[in-house]
Amino acid sequence: MRSAQHNSGMHVVVCVKQIPDPAEPGSLDPATKTLKRSGNIILDESDSYGVEMALQLVTSAGGGTVSLVSMAPGGETKGLRTALAMGASDAILVSDPVLNGTDALGTAKVLAAAIARKSPDLVLTATESSDGYTGTVPSQIAELLGLPSVTFARSIEINGQSVNVRRQTESGYDEVTCPLPAVVSVTAGVVEPRYPSFKGIMAAKSKPVEALTVADLGLSADEVGWAGGGQEIVEIAASEAREAGRVVEDEGEGYAEIVNFLENLKVI
Amino acid sequence: MALDNVWVFAEAADGRVKTITLEMLAKAREIADEVSCFYAGAGDDVAETLGEHGASTVFATGDLDDALLGPPVAAAIAAKIAADGAPDLIMFGTTYDGRDVAGRLSAKLGAPVITNVADLIVNGEDVAGVEPVFGGSTNVTTRFKGEAVKIVLVRPKSFAAESAGGSVADVEDLDVPEVGNTGTAKVTARFMEETSGPKLEEAAIVVSGGRGLGEAAKYAMVEQLAKLLKAAPGASRAIVDAGWVPYSYQVGQTGKVVKPTVYLACGISGATQHMVGMKGAKYIIAINKDKEAPIFSIADLGIVGDVHKVMPKLIEALQGR
Ligand SMILES: Cc1cc2nc3c(=O)[nH]c(=O)nc-3n(C[C@H](O)[C@H](O)[C@H](O)COP(=O)(O)OP(=O)(O)OC[C@H]3O[C@@H](n4cnc5c(N)ncnc54)[C@H](O)[C@@H]3O)c2cc1C
Ligand SMILES: Cc1cc2nc3c(=O)[nH]c(=O)nc-3n(C[C@H](O)[C@H](O)[C@H](O)COP(=O)(O)OP(=O)(O)OC[C@H]3O[C@@H](n4cnc5c(N)ncnc54)[C@H](O)[C@@H]3O)c2cc1C
Repeated sequence: MRSAQHNSGMHVVVCVKQIPDPAEPGSLDPATKTLKRSGNIILDESDSYGVEMALQLVTSAGGGTVSLVSMAPGGETKGLRTALAMGASDAILVSDPVLNGTDALGTAKVLAAAIARKSPDLVLTATESSDGYTGTVPSQIAELLGLPSVTFARSIEINGQSVNVRRQTESGYDEVTCPLPAVVSVTAGVVEPRYPSFKGIMAAKSKPVEALTVADLGLSADEVGWAGGGQEIVEIAASEAREAGRVVEDEGEGYAEIVNFLENLKVI
Repeated sequence: MALDNVWVFAEAADGRVKTITLEMLAKAREIADEVSCFYAGAGDDVAETLGEHGASTVFATGDLDDALLGPPVAAAIAAKIAADGAPDLIMFGTTYDGRDVAGRLSAKLGAPVITNVADLIVNGEDVAGVEPVFGGSTNVTTRFKGEAVKIVLVRPKSFAAESAGGSVADVEDLDVPEVGNTGTAKVTARFMEETSGPKLEEAAIVVSGGRGLGEAAKYAMVEQLAKLLKAAPGASRAIVDAGWVPYSYQVGQTGKVVKPTVYLACGISGATQHMVGMKGAKYIIAINKDKEAPIFSIADLGIVGDVHKVMPKLIEALQGR
């Protein structure tokens, strides 16, 4: 996928999701059975790590570009502008009414087609988004692009034509090495995302955002959206709520309440 | 209401079949007449345990030469489907490798994945997954439609692992197709950073600490308490991100799902992403200085107080026993 269109430096594409602010309580629209997207749309915090990582890798490589790819309804660019203000160079936004209801595989098809236009050396994503958190999009993208992938990266180092990753595991981490180009998904906390500077925010306003439709990507409408998905939500129900129990103010004897509680359960 | 045939992606660590695999097998044999497993390694290592838990056959890839599992295992499963037809359902655990293989397979087959599944509903040939969202306050049921292969990713602790008293499973070695460029990610070294004491996912008691502890050094109180209670120490993401404890301690949506008898939360607010990982505990105890903290809404016993006062006294009382 590496092409001659780039002449020098490291070219990274970061997938960034633009999501409703998780600080505002989420809800599902009972009519469309999708996440309500009203309210403030932001750059998914999980993706701010990928953006920061990409910027740092390009700096270490002595130059290059960080391009963004996002799929979002309604021509949304607010989250993209945040990432551009951090220092990314340009973005592709795929926005199209036929994408309503797209599942993770459909999302991956769209993102993969958009990424391919950039012929990057490296593709970064988060391990999972904050709102849908299926966590399957990174490896789906990699398979569709015919690339190797390393998920759950807690550190990334470029070494010539390959990438070395510390990959999180259940009991520690693995050192993984993989030739470029590749898809790598990063965990939260891998780097400290920078705050956009005033200068960055001003500059972001004039950075190019290319708006594309599904047809522009050469995909057909029946591969995506409600039609393209192999699943449908049939029920949304409140789960059995856990009741609050006894709440006591600690006046110095709070610890004894805990000891009694554990004794009654016969666990001590 | 049963399916004919379900496949389960089996995983093992340190020579032991993972609990998540046994949990899935318990559900698989309830919903299907025949259950088979896929295993990335030597089938003989796991045939006894998988058989005991209800698998009739283990399809094994053999040694994969330290490749990350996604590409070769997905290719092996796809080849098996091309040769012998698809099962009614393929189950993966929500693990690091489970997600990789499921994602790769999904893209290969053009098949949907229903993720974060905490329960499965089978109705004739129809399969639906139940997924808890918003910290577990809402359940979304999603049904497969269409003809594609059905893939689910199952959350740990969704089903109870139980022996079926089955005999050793048959082992069938698979040919792993050449995966070329996609399969070039290789593990060069493995590092362990697990603590001593019981494992977080298996401990009967979990003591977790959050940002309310104030500083990294105070996590020692959590560890001390855990030791006294023979519990596993856990953490909120806030203090993992702050670097106080390793990621392997994290409980929640992006960490581990725990289901102990007792969960003791110290200085943890109770964000939805934390609660989704621990609200399956039988009993929840919380210490928090803010009486409005959301954690109290699900705690069986809530102590409104300062962790720096309550925890040292609790430690002292337990030491004196
Ligand atoms: C409550 C809920 C449950 C759902 N359950 C399922 C399900 O079971 N199966 C299913 O197929 N779909 C499901 N979906 C739909 C799914 O979330 C969307 O299709 C979504 O577009 C892609 O999945 P994700 O965000 O979960 O991806 P993840 O795999 O969690 O995302 C990983 C990373 O990929 C990148 N990425 C993902 N989406 C975008 C995007 N739009 N733009 C740019 N980068 C992106 C980001 O870097 C992200 O962090 C669910 C949605 C909701 C709200
Ligand atoms: C996509 C996504 C995934 C996430 N996944 C996870 C996850 O897996 N696990 C997870 O835990 N979080 C997760 N989070 C983060 C989560 O939203 C919260 O930010 C986090 O759980 C907060 O941690 P905390 O409770 O330690 O900190 P805080 O929310 O800051 O709470 C600290 C609490 O301590 C109390 N306190 C302060 N001082 C004292 C004192 N002296 N004595 C007693 N109490 C005191 C305060 O009243 C407060 O309630 C995720 C977030 C996102 C967006």
